[in-house]
Amino acid sequence: MTAERVFDLSTHTVRELNQALHDVAGGTPSRFKVVNAMGDHALAVGIDAAVQVEIHGHVGYYCAGMNKHAVVTVHGNAATGLAENIMSGCVRVKGNASQSAAATGRGGLVVIEGDASARCGISMKGVDIVVHGSVGHMSAFMAQKGRLVVCGDAGAALGDSIYEAELYVRGKLADLGADCEEKEMTAEHRASLGILLREAAVDLDPGEFRRFGSARRLYHFNIDHADAY
Amino acid sequence: MHGKPPGLIESALFDRDVIHEIQRAATEGIYDIRGWGAKRRLPHFDDLVFLGASMSRYPLEGYRERCDTNVTLGTRYAKKPIELKIPITVAGMSFGSLSAQAKEALGRGATAVGTSTTTGDGGMTPEERQSSKTLVYQLLPSRYGMNPDDLRKADAIEIVLGQGAKPGGGGMLLGQKISPRVAAMRDLPPNIDQRSACRHPDWTGPDDLEIKIRELREITDWEKPIYIKVGASRTYYDTMLAVKSGADVIVVDGMQGGTAATQTVFIEHVGIPTLAAVRQAVEALTELDMHRKVQLIVSGGIRTGADVAKALAMGADAVSIGVAALIALGDNSPALDEQYKAIGSGAGYYDDWQAGNDPAGITTQNDELAARLDPVLGGRRLANYLRTLTMETQIIARACGKSHVHNLEPEDLAALTVEAAAMAGVPIAGTSWIPGRPF
Repeated sequence: MTAERVFDLSTHTVRELNQALHDVAGGTPSRFKVVNAMGDHALAVGIDAAVQVEIHGHVGYYCAGMNKHAVVTVHGNAATGLAENIMSGCVRVKGNASQSAAATGRGGLVVIEGDASARCGISMKGVDIVVHGSVGHMSAFMAQKGRLVVCGDAGAALGDSIYEAELYVRGKLADLGADCEEKEMTAEHRASLGILLREAAVDLDPGEFRRFGSARRLYHFNIDHADAY
Repeated sequence: MHGKPPGLIESALFDRDVIHEIQRAATEGIYDIRGWGAKRRLPHFDDLVFLGASMSRYPLEGYRERCDTNVTLGTRYAKKPIELKIPITVAGMSFGSLSAQAKEALGRGATAVGTSTTTGDGGMTPEERQSSKTLVYQLLPSRYGMNPDDLRKADAIEIVLGQGAKPGGGGMLLGQKISPRVAAMRDLPPNIDQRSACRHPDWTGPDDLEIKIRELREITDWEKPIYIKVGASRTYYDTMLAVKSGADVIVVDGMQGGTAATQTVFIEHVGIPTLAAVRQAVEALTELDMHRKVQLIVSGGIRTGADVAKALAMGADAVSIGVAALIALGDNSPALDEQYKAIGSGAGYYDDWQAGNDPAGITTQNDELAARLDPVLGGRRLANYLRTLTMETQIIARACGKSHVHNLEPEDLAALTVEAAAMAGVPIAGTSWIPGRPF
């Protein structure tokens, strides 16, 4: 059993925490516990190792930004830009997340057990995002790759200007953004969604979700679609 | 009586160029998109002259007495500031808009003379990292290809808020240039028109940006200088806010700055000339007592050593070139005139860099065309050009009695037009009058 290192942010600096996380040798399993997070920004960013990080308290902007390999759990709420540009690993928030959660994420899994605010998954590029609650407006804006799963409701303009990402919504949908349309939910989609829900520890039937994706009408400029731009 | 008969009087408002554009838009149903920067005549460095030394100041001997050109960028917070041998850098241009050969040539040329190149909207290629000794990695709104490994490999990070050709606008790469490799780097399907965002996805103002910069510094252990690049518009306030946000270096790109693909209406009608932007940026830095502490890089229409010297005299720490670097590689070469004509242009006019069919092999992803550019020869040409710019800058600095190009100052300049005097904040030649300022 690897010893757990504890960082109390009432006595340690964010710099000390992040440097310790960056100094973990590749492949060495390590556990970190962070207490008194107190809304500090840029906690546990730029990790490139298979470490486990448990953060107790609310976190500020960009927690677990650009994460690789690590499993980061926030026992609290998260401010703007949670797990922005995540590459791999898993970031889980027990509470709610503010806007731009998992923005531009390129891989890995982000789980928000509460609600996520506006622009969840903006410009996502391969990350899987599972939100137990609801998401705000303009979520999955310009989403390129990956999956956004909303177990609650989705706000206005979901998937505006979407590319090839897949969106799943279980609750009410305010409306869809430009070039986003409902897609057929096949058995294959239900099966892969079921696997993702289990990874995110969500006990729901994939059959309760609707699927959305790109209508691909804006992939090439057409003057007759000018009102959609 | 002389003059044109009534039937041959051209409208000043609707001249033949305007008529052509209206009829082209009516036929094609799309605005004109092109590369390059503003092409119309604007107040520029040409409207300034240097006051060479004579009785009151003595000059330095050309080719004999030292006139240093080195510059250090990122001294405010970065543990590892960048040391350049010359104050002329190569601006951000993406792999995607440029061929891999062109990117390699830029890296070779810049490295040969001890200066930096910059990535672009599309990420960092291994070839680029290998060919550029000093490489600035751009963090753009699209975040195409963004990853922490490349952040750590970079020598500096440039947060791009905008560019001079289109302040307030996002990027654009048309489908014909989205090759499989470009598409993979950007996580996009091949061959589609790609629209880059105009705003960053995870911050919206200077307060957020300050926190974003802190995140980037934490990820890279506070080693890398962090630049903020803005397109010139409200440059005074943008500079103030960039300093407040924690930038090490500010890059100001005037409206003459180049683009790979932007609407002509945007290029020609949004933003302010470089000349005005330099003065505003320097004023803001000076008021904050941050001039020379936060370094200023100026771009947009730098062509000669005279342009470099004038930008430095106005207070810039370095300049950046884009269009001129491509021309040095061979863009718009008269030797290719027939091939430019075959695609509806001509040497000296070609600006369809968005189209991907560049006969010079520079602004293309077509393998056959790209192979025409020899990166070694291209690198040599760029190095020749950069050395020429540097020597021209030194010639002027020595003539003004300066032992370092950074010792050039506004007092060494005079303006030839009222507009340039007002924008640059230097007096009309032969007077002590600066428009808008008390005598």
